[in-house]
Amino acid sequence: MIGENLPALQVILPLFGAIIAALVRRGDIAWLVTLVTGVATLMVAFALLVKVLAGGPISYEIGDWVPPIGIEYRVDVINAYVLVLVSVIAAVILPYARTSIALEIREERRAWFYTMYLLCLCGLTGITITGDAFNAFVFLEVSSLSTYTMIALGRDRRALIAAYQYLIMGTIGATFYVIGVGLLLVMTGTLNLVDLSTRLVEVESTRTVSAALAFIVVGISLKLALFPLHVWLPNAYAYAPSVATVFLAATATKVAVYLLLRFLFSVFGAHFAFGQLVLTPMLLLLSVAAMFGASIVAAFQNNLKRMLAYSSVAQIGYVTLGIALATATGLTGGIVHLFNHAITKAALFLVLGIVFYCAATVRVEDLAGLGRRLPVTMAGFVVAGLSLIGVPGTAGFISKWYLVAAALEKGWWWLAVLVVASSLIAVIYVGRVVEVLWFRAPTETVAAVRDPPTVMVATAWLMVAATVYFGIDTNLTAGVASLAADSLLQGPQ
Amino acid sequence: MIAEILGDVSPGLILILGALAVPFLPGKLRTAWMLALPVLAFIQVLGLDHGLHGALSVFDLELTTLRVDRLSLIFGYIFLIATFLGVLYGIHVGGWMEHTAGLIYAGSALGAVFAGDLMTLFLFWEGTAIASVFLIWASRTERALAAGTRYLVVQVGSGVLLLAGTIIHYGQTGSIAFDSLELESTAGLLIFIAFGIKCAFPFLHNWLQDAYPEATVTGTVMLSAFTTKLAVYSLARGFAGTEILVPIGAAMTAFPIFYAVIENDLRRVLAYSLNNQLGFMVVGIGIGTDLAVSGAAAHAFCHILYKALLFMSMGAVLFRTGTVKGSELGGLYKTMPWTTGFCIVGAASISAFPLFSGFVSKSLILSAALKGEYYWTWLVLLFASAGVFHHSGIKIPFFAFFAHDSGRRPREAPLNMLLAMGIAAALCIGIGVFPGPLYAILPYDVTYHAYTLEHVVTQLQLLVLSALAFTVLMRTGIYPPELRSTNLDSDWLWRGLGRILAAHFDDRTTQAWARVAARYWHALERFIATLYRHHGPEGILARNWPTGSMAIWTTILLAAYMILAYV
Repeated sequence: MIGENLPALQVILPLFGAIIAALVRRGDIAWLVTLVTGVATLMVAFALLVKVLAGGPISYEIGDWVPPIGIEYRVDVINAYVLVLVSVIAAVILPYARTSIALEIREERRAWFYTMYLLCLCGLTGITITGDAFNAFVFLEVSSLSTYTMIALGRDRRALIAAYQYLIMGTIGATFYVIGVGLLLVMTGTLNLVDLSTRLVEVESTRTVSAALAFIVVGISLKLALFPLHVWLPNAYAYAPSVATVFLAATATKVAVYLLLRFLFSVFGAHFAFGQLVLTPMLLLLSVAAMFGASIVAAFQNNLKRMLAYSSVAQIGYVTLGIALATATGLTGGIVHLFNHAITKAALFLVLGIVFYCAATVRVEDLAGLGRRLPVTMAGFVVAGLSLIGVPGTAGFISKWYLVAAALEKGWWWLAVLVVASSLIAVIYVGRVVEVLWFRAPTETVAAVRDPPTVMVATAWLMVAATVYFGIDTNLTAGVASLAADSLLQGPQ
Repeated sequence: MIAEILGDVSPGLILILGALAVPFLPGKLRTAWMLALPVLAFIQVLGLDHGLHGALSVFDLELTTLRVDRLSLIFGYIFLIATFLGVLYGIHVGGWMEHTAGLIYAGSALGAVFAGDLMTLFLFWEGTAIASVFLIWASRTERALAAGTRYLVVQVGSGVLLLAGTIIHYGQTGSIAFDSLELESTAGLLIFIAFGIKCAFPFLHNWLQDAYPEATVTGTVMLSAFTTKLAVYSLARGFAGTEILVPIGAAMTAFPIFYAVIENDLRRVLAYSLNNQLGFMVVGIGIGTDLAVSGAAAHAFCHILYKALLFMSMGAVLFRTGTVKGSELGGLYKTMPWTTGFCIVGAASISAFPLFSGFVSKSLILSAALKGEYYWTWLVLLFASAGVFHHSGIKIPFFAFFAHDSGRRPREAPLNMLLAMGIAAALCIGIGVFPGPLYAILPYDVTYHAYTLEHVVTQLQLLVLSALAFTVLMRTGIYPPELRSTNLDSDWLWRGLGRILAAHFDDRTTQAWARVAARYWHALERFIATLYRHHGPEGILARNWPTGSMAIWTTILLAAYMILAYV
């Protein structure tokens, strides 16, 4: 019974959790509700992945309405993988969230934060699991609206402006997406993704379909913060509460990437998308611009949260680079980087959350010598930083290995060189922070910072350990990613 | 029994993991632990069966962490002997940093030798680079810091080339097995250059003379044993029989001699002669016959021992007097008789005197050159042999322990140093007198008799005439006097460039450079300023854009897609 309804539970659990959290009004109880829901969602996601790996794609009809009339939830390797990623991050950071939120958000608003957290989780899992283009739009809005609220709950007054700006931009993105879906509906009369892919073949050559593809690609590009549509991201990440930053950085853009993959490869088909829209040169250009432009900006940032935010924009460039190559190895690299970057960035933002908890600032000039004051926490920053650079033995290396291999497969030497060269900029911005943290004498304020709570350090280190673990054992990450890449490249089924 | 417990663990990891415990052990226990580690690893190596072990699956790569065959074993044995000697020699040093770095360095070199694939090789390759630089930095002088940094850049650069080559090789062949490689492919060429840097090929060699003399007394002993010999092993494994290695090796034997003769810092003289000895091995690998490759391996084996012995004796002098400048030493034999004796044994070995280890290994390579009809190479090697005798065989002991009396009366070296030197000296003589066991562990079966009348007489003639030349030159005052000076080698090119980037100007040598550098430095500053203007916190790329302009960008992108789609 439960086994059959797993796809629905994946979305409904966080939705109901959100309602309960909103009703209880007490921060602590809302946290407990969130924790229970988060763990349950994670178990459902794992169960789905196991089922899909064993028995192939699952189709679930909501309310027993038969697709394409009714809404279909459809789970295959790639979205099961993204579901696990999102749920893992959402669940693992919850113990940490309690202490961090207690510091950063006033008591009467804490329950709202958890409500929005669960709604956002509901929206993200919904986008991932649904097999219906319009339903995806609905969940996109659910996740976006809750995200705006979470950002606006940040202590910094600039958080409001950041949230507002993101609201405008996010709405433009969502509108573009829905225009694209509308055009598709007009041409094919269906919203079901599988159905769309079969019916599109007949009308492929029309300009309407090309326009639809362009609208959808640009709309989603905005949500995934593809350079130069990334400008909402740094402020949103910098001024949101620490926990929200961790959660969003690790999951929101990744789900948008998934949606892009789904449309490009499963709905339109790689042949059409990359043939008709000349996606490869455009995406390559923007990816490389992101890898360099955003990385250099990161190297000059003094606010560490902003620095990591810009680095996220750069890292998304690596993911879209893998997509642009549209080969098995390239896609594997892009998809595996989704996961590896998610855990790496989560680890780094978790450490920054601790820094903010202890020192009440994340400006690099105020943190001289913090490594000597908080050696365990800051060692975590160094290890996760190595993964961000892509040092062998860490998760970041695995993704870059595949990307470089994919570039060489195509015979694009210059691209392989660019990937390595842009990693060197990461050496600069990580190295700069490490130098300040470890090699300078602690200032008086730094020497006086309070000790971090054990649970926060433990959570951060769990994530740091994951960046090392997935740098060595890649059966789960690269294994599933290459399965997913193969199934995507087979095109519409 | 120990071998059973340790199973298929790479012996390199025993040293590396063991090294991690060193900082936490108290005095006596630490000494015992450090001496026990190489012994333990040696016992394990003795118990290994030939073949591939320690398979490890790391993402889609199948790593082979332990390949045991005769080529890896002979290097494994000598690396462990050198580790033991190095540890014993440095046991008096306080603190844990040097000890830990030294053991990790030795362990990485050992792990690299037993690596069955290029990826494992790369990991240990970088391990040697990173661990060993601490042996240089541990001198804690300004010069050592700079030299160490240059050394690190070169070594890591070599690692990056190796990695690039590995990735390309993997892309082309789908395999990362470390076997014979092709110089003609890009991958092979990159890997060849990576090996070449570590092996100090001509024009890639300067890091060696730059960094080794700046390391600590004990650090240089360790350094002289592993890095370059790891490269020799890698060349023997990957590029045996590659014709180009013969001229490269021949050049390596010949050119350092001139530098060594005029150099005043005796440890730098040894660094040059290290380069020269590597040349013999490279020639052997280039010839590529069973006899030649075996000769290269045997020479590496003997060379590690006598070169370490020479560095140890010079280290002892540095330790007791604070200098190894030829111009400031002399007459030390009166108070350091044991060190003098051991130094002479090392000098005799490197000069290949009959009954010393260098003779039994070098003659293998010379014979292989003759058999392979490399007559010119053979002549160059002969000239180089005379040169070695000249600068390492006579100059080192003569200027340090005899020559004019400097008036210094230092105490004899500490007991642990003497023990380490004693063991090395005993091995040098032992191998020289009884070469049988060494010949038995060579990579290939060769039946060779070092002590034929012809070999002995040729070598003795060479040595006698070389000694005669030295005597005559000294007597007539033509021999270059030991002066306080700095040799300009081809490294002034990249060191100059490095200085520009680091903005460190050395008045003495780089006045002219300073002007050129200033211009480049300005250009660099301007470039960074431009970057900052665009990418800095207030730059166009990092500024908070108004929402409207973001929306415009979205539209522009959409328009771009549409246009591209329609045309």
